[in-house]
Amino acid sequence: MIQQWRQRLQKHIRRWQWHRRSRLVSEWPAYLADRQSNTRDDRLARYFGAGTMDAQTPISEVPLVALDIETTGLDPARDSIVSIGVQPFTLGRIRVADSRYWTVKPRRALSGRSVVYHRLTHSDLAEAPSFDEIIGEVLEQLAGRLVVVHYTRIEREFLDAAARHYLKESLLFPLIDTMAIEAYQHRRLPWFQRLIGRRPVSLRLHPSRERYNLPPYQAHHALVDALATAELLQAQIARHYEPDTPVGVLWE
Amino acid sequence: MDIEQLEIRQHMAQFAPFEYLGDELLDQVATRVEISYYQAGTDILTLDQDVNELCYVRSGAVEVSRRSGQLFDRLVEGDIFGYSDIMRNRRVRFPVRAIEDTLIYFVPAELFDSLRANNDDFADFVETGGDRLKATIDQQRNDNQMSSTRVRRLIRRKPTMVDIQTPVGQVARLMRENNVTCVLVLSEEGEGANGPRHFTTQEGQVRRLAGLLTDRDCCVRALAENLSGDTPVGEVMSTSLMTAQSDASIYEAMMTMLNHNIQHLPILYRRRPIGVLQLSDVMRYETRSSLYLVSSIFTQSGLAGLVRLSGDVPLAFARLVDEGADAQMIGRTMATICRSFIRKLLELGEAELGPPPIPYCFMVLGSCARDEQTVLADQDHAMVLDDSFVPEEHDEYFQSLARFVSDGLAACSYPLCKGDVMATNQRWRQPLSVWQGYFRDWIENPDPEALLHSAIFFDLGYVHGELNMIEKLQALICELAPQNPFFLAAMARNALNRTPPLGLFRTFILEKDGQHNDAIDLKRRGTAPLVDLVRVHALACGSGSHNTIDRLKDIAETRLLPEGVNDRLRYAFEFISMVRIRHQSLAIESNESPDNRLRPDNVESHERHNLKDAFEVLSHAQKFLKFRYHAPSRKERRR
Repeated sequence: MIQQWRQRLQKHIRRWQWHRRSRLVSEWPAYLADRQSNTRDDRLARYFGAGTMDAQTPISEVPLVALDIETTGLDPARDSIVSIGVQPFTLGRIRVADSRYWTVKPRRALSGRSVVYHRLTHSDLAEAPSFDEIIGEVLEQLAGRLVVVHYTRIEREFLDAAARHYLKESLLFPLIDTMAIEAYQHRRLPWFQRLIGRRPVSLRLHPSRERYNLPPYQAHHALVDALATAELLQAQIARHYEPDTPVGVLWE
Repeated sequence: MDIEQLEIRQHMAQFAPFEYLGDELLDQVATRVEISYYQAGTDILTLDQDVNELCYVRSGAVEVSRRSGQLFDRLVEGDIFGYSDIMRNRRVRFPVRAIEDTLIYFVPAELFDSLRANNDDFADFVETGGDRLKATIDQQRNDNQMSSTRVRRLIRRKPTMVDIQTPVGQVARLMRENNVTCVLVLSEEGEGANGPRHFTTQEGQVRRLAGLLTDRDCCVRALAENLSGDTPVGEVMSTSLMTAQSDASIYEAMMTMLNHNIQHLPILYRRRPIGVLQLSDVMRYETRSSLYLVSSIFTQSGLAGLVRLSGDVPLAFARLVDEGADAQMIGRTMATICRSFIRKLLELGEAELGPPPIPYCFMVLGSCARDEQTVLADQDHAMVLDDSFVPEEHDEYFQSLARFVSDGLAACSYPLCKGDVMATNQRWRQPLSVWQGYFRDWIENPDPEALLHSAIFFDLGYVHGELNMIEKLQALICELAPQNPFFLAAMARNALNRTPPLGLFRTFILEKDGQHNDAIDLKRRGTAPLVDLVRVHALACGSGSHNTIDRLKDIAETRLLPEGVNDRLRYAFEFISMVRIRHQSLAIESNESPDNRLRPDNVESHERHNLKDAFEVLSHAQKFLKFRYHAPSRKERRR
């Protein structure tokens, strides 16, 4: 009983804290509208034109899409995207049939190490279309939906870098980061956590999923990770938030 | 197919009923699945809501309850629910709630309907309210030829039958003409078509199957005795007749022959003989090492040979497991091998010490008597002597004989019984009347403490000597046990001493083994409590069987257990036994010494769930046992 009250109280405190923060990022609709009118690329224009929802919309009513990309390395300036997986979903359902997956020809030749990492061979990728050829389809999948990723930096910076290279324009959009939600749950007041002897938990996708009793999947495939991310968000909202939590509280 | 769908497909393909589907249907399922996450404590299906999907538990656990809110079932990874409502009126009858954080896969109703239409096994499973444990056990059984092939497949010709008055010389010529080694002997006398062993011939006459004559009988009983060829066959035939039904499995027939040490077995269709099975027919059908092992035990001429043969026992065991034999077959084969060793040792002992001064009967107890032996068996045996027994005159002989057998068995790697339940112990080497007194005392003045040690005597099996002595003891037990509620209550109490290793929410409770590894003791916490439990029910209904599965069959004929429980117990028992047997056979193959301690991380995930299911069946059955045989209170007693 006490446990329940405590959880409920914590939820309210958290909501209030997020509300303060959300004011900072509630300018997304305005940013997207501005980009739509100024872009020279019609694929980007269509994507930005679909806009995004109001920051006050309950998360349960928002069409979502989990996005995962695999890359040749960690540096957006030197490395490039090799595969993209998207899994559209809502808080209630993930329809596996809706998922999409692309392999992408990298800008530079592959290094041996990361090839093993993604189970993609040189020949798979040599015959793959370039980013320029598929970005239209990818943006179509993302349009009108709020993107969910695990670890914002990779997806945001690599997509932006690729867009700058091929389309000569930046590509930024609102995101929900399941890793940030996880970090907020487990890495608050790090000095205090250390003080009481807690070891920091892993925030990587699969260890995070374990904490919600989600099954292990074969990692490092863009589509599997997109599905894994979608399930993780469902779990996180169920445990830490409410279906009517405003989306502005979650995105960044 | 995309890799995420492969991931889904792989998981579902492990579990019934999806495991029955062909690749194409399975692909359809995997590509059309929808997924949702439910936190512990949230509702998945609420009463009377519309339901248009089959639900599959991908991870976590859910509880299904009745309309009244009472718990109906608990489901885990790989289980399905909601499908019976799809088949009814698409409204939820049993609400479902997540009790752990749970991931559910949904399969749309129209796809579910097409799966049913296109795959009979799938349809059977969902329409009969499928049971995963049952599906696994049935699968195992179908994998094995010996236990599924009917004995009639080995019958190639009609039996040669003669009248009981025929002169034996004429019978011998008939055997030569027909090129057979055995004839069945018929008589006309009797009590009409319904008497024992009576049947109607194809010509419409009523005959009785009086006995059988083999070429060896001709030699031993006629020629060696200097009888003339005119002697009626009725005087030389063997009358102790074992038979088998034509729809018995080859395996059962083989075991009957080995257990009674006979070469010819008449096979009956209903009551009419349709042929004679020879041991060599079976050998030709299946050259399995355990069969050779048994037959070579009987051809040994000394202890040294037996000791040498005993080294092959673990290998025969491992090979049986490899060949896909089920727990029943393996248990029975191992018990038969053990009995054969004892029988041969008794023969050798009698040859050395001279013929027994008075009739006696040698019996085995415990797992060997139940035909449920594995490779880790102590020797448990006892001797029943004729009531003309005079200790001063006879006991020296029987003590020496018992010592000979028990030392011989120990040399053949059957360790001495730690509880000293052996014929070498004077207490367990007594005349029939004393034994009858023992059983009377155990049953009529039950003391749970004492019964703890004597429970083993309620599983007793014949090995050698006078069969009727052991039959008298068994009859006594069958008669007394059902009438003595205090005895049953005491046995029930003891049967509850060992509980299955399940904690709250179906987690395994692990114990430290010798090397301080976490393990489950499959015997102590699985098969043994199940055996104990079934024994109580069997005693209550006066069943004379000893094998746990046979006992369950006897119990099924009464109304002792609620519907369905009986089958579930059987599947649970077979499954745990099989896991235990496989665990031991793996140890043998990797040259370790086999034990009963299973480490759960060595078990595949779907098998782990079956194991949990099986333990849960045991747990429920123990609760029922407690409620069914509670000792009457003092007040009730006075009435």
